[in-house]
Amino acid sequence: MTVSELGLLNILPILILVVWACVLLLLDVFVFPKREQVTPLLSAVGLVVALIYTIPQFGQPKEAFNGMLVIDGFAVFLNVLVLISGLVAVALSYDYLNRMGMARGEYYVMMLFSISGIMLMTSAADLIVVFLALELLSIPLYILAAFGRPKMESEEAGIKYFLLGAFAGGFVLYGIALVYGATGQTGLTGIVEAASGGLENPVFLLVGAALILVGLGFKVAAVPFHMWTPDVYEGAPTSVTAFMAVGAKVGGFAALLRVFMIAFPSISVDITPVLWGLTAATLIVGNVLAVAQRNIKRLLAYSSISHAGFILMAFVTYGDASVRPEATAAVLFYMVAFAITSFGSWAVVIALEHAEDRGLELEDYAGLGRKRPALALAMAIFMFSFTGVPPTMGFAGKLYIFRAVIQGEYYGLAVLGVIVSVISAYYYLRVVVVMYMREGDPETHSEGWLNLTTAVTAVGTVVLFIFSAPLFDWAAQAVLRMF
Amino acid sequence: MTPDVILFLILAVVAIASALGMLLSKNAVYSALYLILNLATIAVFYLLLGAPFIAMVQVTVYAGAIMVLFLFVIMLLGAEQLRRARTLGWQQPVAVVLAVVLVAEATYIIFTKTSSLPDIEAAEAGFGSPQAIGELLFNQYLLPFEITSVLLLVAMIGAIVMTRDGKKKE
Amino acid sequence: MLINYWPIAILIAVSTFLAVAVVVFGHLIGPRRPSERKAAPYESGMEPIGPGTRRMPVRFYLVAVLFILFDIEVIFLFPWAVNFRNLGVFGLIEMFVFIVILLVGYVYAWKKGALEWE
Repeated sequence: MTVSELGLLNILPILILVVWACVLLLLDVFVFPKREQVTPLLSAVGLVVALIYTIPQFGQPKEAFNGMLVIDGFAVFLNVLVLISGLVAVALSYDYLNRMGMARGEYYVMMLFSISGIMLMTSAADLIVVFLALELLSIPLYILAAFGRPKMESEEAGIKYFLLGAFAGGFVLYGIALVYGATGQTGLTGIVEAASGGLENPVFLLVGAALILVGLGFKVAAVPFHMWTPDVYEGAPTSVTAFMAVGAKVGGFAALLRVFMIAFPSISVDITPVLWGLTAATLIVGNVLAVAQRNIKRLLAYSSISHAGFILMAFVTYGDASVRPEATAAVLFYMVAFAITSFGSWAVVIALEHAEDRGLELEDYAGLGRKRPALALAMAIFMFSFTGVPPTMGFAGKLYIFRAVIQGEYYGLAVLGVIVSVISAYYYLRVVVVMYMREGDPETHSEGWLNLTTAVTAVGTVVLFIFSAPLFDWAAQAVLRMF
Repeated sequence: MTPDVILFLILAVVAIASALGMLLSKNAVYSALYLILNLATIAVFYLLLGAPFIAMVQVTVYAGAIMVLFLFVIMLLGAEQLRRARTLGWQQPVAVVLAVVLVAEATYIIFTKTSSLPDIEAAEAGFGSPQAIGELLFNQYLLPFEITSVLLLVAMIGAIVMTRDGKKKE
Repeated sequence: MLINYWPIAILIAVSTFLAVAVVVFGHLIGPRRPSERKAAPYESGMEPIGPGTRRMPVRFYLVAVLFILFDIEVIFLFPWAVNFRNLGVFGLIEMFVFIVILLVGYVYAWKKGALEWE
């Protein structure tokens, strides 16, 4: 084997990120006197460069490292999403960390490593790479969750996320071992070939797939593996939560989709009822428990669980080859919609948050409509988008998901989706009501990068809705050569 | 009985005894020492199964480095003397019942179902040796190998970030 | 195939025997005339203060974690070293990349003072 056969050029964006993260780490300890102010800028530069090299990859699928990585439209689409999310997360973090006195160069280095882990996850075509990418995406998140040290809640979030995450990683690994035991393969295409030839012990494949589902279900916060979500989302620094909500979900769902659609179509008959139950539980628990929340971070945590449920809705159809491309494209689109809305709403939370966890209750939003009309309008847009009211991205996303579900003839699930959407309207719109109808004098922060992020995401939520048809076409194009 | 089987039976007794010793000893440091013995015994099991590289990893990483970490953490927390944990109250009987079920299950399978299992062919010579693993690791599994180094780096940074303060004391 | 390991087995047997023998024979045939001075933890040393088991600083934890990480690095060097010749220059580059990435961590740890004891 030679270096040129590895296809290093095909994974150039990931290499750029890893190398850049190492360089920033060393620059951080060696050079700058005011480094925690310079590192975010430099890490943003790294993300932009990686983005520039990612976009032209759209097109013919390419392989790297003997087929361990597949850079196809699916991967490129999600990589673009993740890199842009990374830029938004850096913009969100900059002012927040300075204000909270948490600014350290390692923060951004960790974020870059986590992003490279997510990018490996989107392209992983081998279960070993899936596992390692999962760890590479998670370990920096554990550290970031505890970045508010020595604040007790942040340390608790970090240790809780770490312990449960390590446990989930163990599930994935055990599942991979069983799949390997059943098929003698770790490559996704190898598994499906071995499975189609008939297996001596098909039960192992089934149990293995189920364990992988458990582990990844934890990462995307699907019920009943969601217990950690509210505590970790609440305890972690808000900028970390914003990144975690999107990053971990994109990575987890990317692996779920690719692994199950490519490697496990043969057992979909057995897996689909499980997925159905998982989805229904996630939708119901996420939305119903969100109603009782008064703390905005916990509210958004349950909201994030419920959106995992909506994404899972499209995933339930994975066994049906005729719906599969449509459903995958719907998931990709929904992730864009969720990412932009989620980042926006967390930006508003950051604008109202003060030291010592003040400004995080729902009551603290009273009077926001009068005091900061633009900020309140942005929050209202995000809440409408989460609910799925036009003209927002959330509406378009739900539309495509429901279309895929109905095409797959899962009518019960579609009805359930509509019911929980109605429930969700109650707690999302309550935020809007508090902002506009209640008297109050909220203290807010107005910081350059933060305001910019809020504005961009708010405008994006509406403008991308107008262009949702071409965007969905792009997603459909992306998954075309996947199967 | 071949020598391998005799060796296995002797070591199995040692492994179970050391596991029990780890669970039952009151002093956490003794527990850790029993665990080292247990891990070392399992390393010999790996040798019996024809996996010398894994055996070596077991001794150096698990019985060596990780147990050092365990001992440090025990002493860091000052938890040498275990108080009886009251929080585990209801879990103890449940654990006993589940363990009995597991043993019964395993016994049933071993004594009734073994004949129906397919024969396992002996691994070919050199399988699981450091050479064979190296061949695979540095060709087919090159990418996981390099990702591992990045993972180790992240873990290292994490450990330092979590234990050291941001500003170096002048 | 386990027969290849008999030197190690003999080594373990001899060292176990020696360890046991030293303790047992010392106990059996050594003269015992205890006095308060001899029973002190540090004979002719300073008087120990407080209990013997006290909490250790978190610094030790960091050292142990770094030890594990570099230990794993060494584990990966081993299959590379036995294949060094047939992997050739390509294998050298692979290992070089691996070491450089960990070297970054080493330099970082050093500059952060994680290896200092002050």
